[in-house]
Amino acid sequence: MIAKPCLLTQVLVKPERCLELSLREWDLVIRQARRALLLSRLASSVNESIHGLIPDLVVPHLLASKCLADKQLHIIKYEVDRIQEAFQSLDAPVVVLKGGAYVVSGLPPVHGRLFSDIDILVHKKSLDRVEEVMSSHGWMVTHVDAYDEHYYREWMHELPPMKHVRRGVVVDIHHTILPETACFHPDPKKLMADIQLVSGYENVYTLSDIDMVLHSATHLFFEGELEHGLRDLVDLDALLRHFSKDEGFWDQLVERAAEMDLMRPLYYALRYTQQMLQTPVPDVAMKASEAIGKPPAALAWLMDALFRRALMPDHPSCDDAFTPLARWVLYIRSHYLRMPFHLLIPHLVRKAIKKRFSPTQADVSKLEEN
Amino acid sequence: MSLSRISNLTILNACGDEGLYFSVGPFIVCLHTSIPSVIEGVALLYGDYPIAETSAFADYHITLQATAGVRRWYRPQVNFLFDGYKPFKPLPLSQSMPSFEWGLNWCIANNAHQYLIIHAAVVEKNGRAVILPAPPGSGKSTLCAALVNRGWRLFSDELALISMKNGNLVPIPRPVNLKNDSIEIIKSFAPDAVFSQKVRDTNKGTVSLMKAPGESAQRSTEVARAAWVVFPSYLAGADATLTSKPKAQACMALAQNAFNYNVLGAQGFKVLSSVVDASDCYEFGYSQLDEAIEVFDGLAASV
Repeated sequence: MIAKPCLLTQVLVKPERCLELSLREWDLVIRQARRALLLSRLASSVNESIHGLIPDLVVPHLLASKCLADKQLHIIKYEVDRIQEAFQSLDAPVVVLKGGAYVVSGLPPVHGRLFSDIDILVHKKSLDRVEEVMSSHGWMVTHVDAYDEHYYREWMHELPPMKHVRRGVVVDIHHTILPETACFHPDPKKLMADIQLVSGYENVYTLSDIDMVLHSATHLFFEGELEHGLRDLVDLDALLRHFSKDEGFWDQLVERAAEMDLMRPLYYALRYTQQMLQTPVPDVAMKASEAIGKPPAALAWLMDALFRRALMPDHPSCDDAFTPLARWVLYIRSHYLRMPFHLLIPHLVRKAIKKRFSPTQADVSKLEEN
Repeated sequence: MSLSRISNLTILNACGDEGLYFSVGPFIVCLHTSIPSVIEGVALLYGDYPIAETSAFADYHITLQATAGVRRWYRPQVNFLFDGYKPFKPLPLSQSMPSFEWGLNWCIANNAHQYLIIHAAVVEKNGRAVILPAPPGSGKSTLCAALVNRGWRLFSDELALISMKNGNLVPIPRPVNLKNDSIEIIKSFAPDAVFSQKVRDTNKGTVSLMKAPGESAQRSTEVARAAWVVFPSYLAGADATLTSKPKAQACMALAQNAFNYNVLGAQGFKVLSSVVDASDCYEFGYSQLDEAIEVFDGLAASV
């Protein structure tokens, strides 16, 4: 049942392996990394001083991906500044989540990371006013029909994504970290009570260090589309390695997970970072998370079978015969965790029909418009 | 140096399990397909290209695959896959070969940030290159096809690759994508040129690919410096006129036509402005290809 480790995770764990890779292995590792959105991460772990020691054909891919990641980092910093500006007329903090938080705080996951959007957390009571100021600063709710509006506003934990009309950057505005309809209910007030001001900003905050880890875990293990799951696992690994230098980190992490009703995602996070990325999780912490967070034996076995496949890069070289099934089951699971059955079935049917009739992919002949 | 060239046989063998590895300018492409029109198209249009020296590494792994499902019986379609990923909607199967060209452009424009990539044709003579940036419909490809049939060397009809390291223009001489009336115009202008079959009803109308001249394909590792930036526009009935364009304007216009200028940041600006600084910049209106060639040959002859 244990899937074979993919070349990419081996190299991410031990970057010095780069020096031993054959050209054929480089070909494979670049392809796996590109699909997992980790090529720039890989590039940032290969010091430029050793570019002379790796094949000439490989170096341009590393430089090019690094270039893209540098640019995205720049954009995220700029956009967080703009959001802070927009919030000036509000008596509310900008709490940046996930990737954005790693950027403003300069945390290790930031090296070579790619971003799709910016996530922020606000009090539920300020949601309307936040939407108003964001709109007046150019972020608009786009591509959303009446059903989507209903889906986001009634059932989910966020506003429909807001896209800046000129710059095209998308901001997701959450009021808690799991949907209202989900089976676990971490209290957003407790998260907000512990936020920390980011140095160099007047009104930009992140969650506490511990909550950042828990949120990253919760997001990953409740998420249904795990095409970029390994990227998020790499974030978790980097956060754990970094924060574990703090005294008492592991105890606090387990305690807080229990308090926030998030032991299950913590268990998964520790288990799979350790198994796939060799994160040094102390035995005590692992045992404690198992004691409360581990699902019943049969389910634990099943989840192992699913996550070990779905957390691999979404590349044919990492798939076995069960990978497509595993991805599908986790997709259904994520919706089941977010919504009760009587809401879920009609929702998935509607989504399937919509997907069939409104393809969102680009047109290959129109290169200039992409 | 003897280069083995692509033959029908190598294509048939290679498009099986291993894929066909061939060099297109600075890139190694690995193509997987069993679609007859693509195999014929590659044999016809890429026959002069070197087979890659290695089959261990490719910059872009591309698959063209007929879609499955019942639709294949009444409306067959083709999928373009970039290493298993489908960036685009499927197109009618008859458009498979143009899909390969368009899809490869997309792969390069979205990944090869070691170059500043501008949507432009590039041709070269005596070691000096002219960049022809233009929006679709300005006759850029037509003019480019005409020039490369009159002694200019083809770098690209679509992608100007400018090295971020040294500002050199790097050739990527691929088939020239001609549309609608341009096809017949170039066929009568250059009766010896080799064309793929016409593909009708694409989003760009009828298209046909003109094979790059053999010399351009063979010299695809020889870089050049930009000497001119010329913005062409086809104007029915107009005399060929070259008008000087202020460099600042030319620089802005090039940036607007670039695919990855926004990715490259300050370094991109530096490289772009050094290219513009070293080039004479013009607007060029024309209607007759012979007159246009005369003007360009005049540029090449000047010191």
